[in-house]
Amino acid sequence: MEHLNTIEPITMAEFMPAVIRFKMDGWRVVQICANRVPDGYEMSYSFGKDYDMRTLRLTVGDDEKVTSITQVYPGAFLQENEAAELFGVKIESIDRDYHDKLYRIARETPFKQKG
Amino acid sequence: MAKQSIVPFGPQHPVLPEPVHLDLVLEDEVVVKAVPSIGFVHRGLEKLVETKDYKDYVYIAERVCGICSFGHGMGYCQCLEKIMNIEIPRRAAYLRTIWMEMSRVHSHLLWLGLLADAMGFESLFMQCWRLREKILDMFDATTGGRIIFSVNCVGGVLKDMDTGMLLRLVDTINGMEQELRPIAEAFLRDVSVGTRLHGLGLLKADQARLMGAVGPMLRASGVAYDTRLLGYAAYDDLDFEPITATEGDSFARCEVRINEIYQSFNLIRQAVDKIPEGPISVPVKGNPNGEHFMRIEQPRGEAIYYVKANGTKFVERFRLRTPTTSNIPPMLDMLKGCQLADVPLLILTIDPCISCTER
Repeated sequence: MEHLNTIEPITMAEFMPAVIRFKMDGWRVVQICANRVPDGYEMSYSFGKDYDMRTLRLTVGDDEKVTSITQVYPGAFLQENEAAELFGVKIESIDRDYHDKLYRIARETPFKQKG
Repeated sequence: MAKQSIVPFGPQHPVLPEPVHLDLVLEDEVVVKAVPSIGFVHRGLEKLVETKDYKDYVYIAERVCGICSFGHGMGYCQCLEKIMNIEIPRRAAYLRTIWMEMSRVHSHLLWLGLLADAMGFESLFMQCWRLREKILDMFDATTGGRIIFSVNCVGGVLKDMDTGMLLRLVDTINGMEQELRPIAEAFLRDVSVGTRLHGLGLLKADQARLMGAVGPMLRASGVAYDTRLLGYAAYDDLDFEPITATEGDSFARCEVRINEIYQSFNLIRQAVDKIPEGPISVPVKGNPNGEHFMRIEQPRGEAIYYVKANGTKFVERFRLRTPTTSNIPPMLDMLKGCQLADVPLLILTIDPCISCTER
């Protein structure tokens, strides 16, 4: 049986309501992935229920702020801190925000530049 | 409110062979909060994908970790195969399944040894690792490597096992199964082990799901979720059910891993029985273009591999969400309320892999 594994683009305005709907419907957070694109980032949030997986794709500008999903999914704080520290994604209101102190690395946002 | 004090735990600690740091906030001897720091040995391996040929990167993917190395190579290859619409030969899928289950046996025995060592059972530790040597010897015989195997490639595998080797493998695991029984008895029946592990680090099913627990940690809380049931590689041809326990404590996590070793033996025997004849790889032409999220069940739990490719030989983004990344948040919650003396053992029961986390 083929299980769901989709990537669905979503706007910033639709994002948090969709996350809340996922939570209400019993989906869990599977992963959060940041990717550098010209003039900004792609943020991919994957949610799983049983063996189905749906990924919401948010495209954000360089200085645009993303709302943390930790108020809905508290376990997401580690991956959000990771995206903020390695890529420099501006994520607001992370439940446990380590303010660039999670990773003990010498370079600031080392994954921000391509190549 | 009692006076609070902060005790640093790690980055070097006798129980942990890899560096992770926790600031433990204590009231008397009870942990009220744990704040992690990681990245002491961060290697930026995900970033390296941007400057390596996508076929060569397999060798880097499997170097993310010395225990889950086969799975990392396989997950990366499966992701590219999906993007490039490559169907690998069934024999290659079976060989991948066999090596994957050997990796699970290797990983769980290593963990059991570390657990025994953390509790002061030196002899039990040595028995676990003596047994583990046998599976490492079989890796050596079948791949030429004991830790890094380099047998995965985009389009299949690079090495085959002949009938004699497959029978030798079955013979080895049959012997290991007999030898594991008294070792498992020591973990599951010994009063001292039970006293240390029962009730320690309780994680209920709802909390496990909410905080993102995966693998044996999730299944020990009663959630029957095992990514192998997605049917990748040859798992769709094999008969198995997720191993679960209901208590959600450290003892349950130990019990699940021990039973998963027996399950892996069974899966290897099934795979050897059913493996078809045929080629072990297909030729791969061109460069990948597209993206895909792939899930596989590593020994420590569900791992996510993401590849985004742009039609050149360099992949644009490779992301690996390791099981430990998912298991750290619930671990931090479990630490609240536990005694300082139990912290090392509790951390060990999530089977943390810092090498994976520091990819």
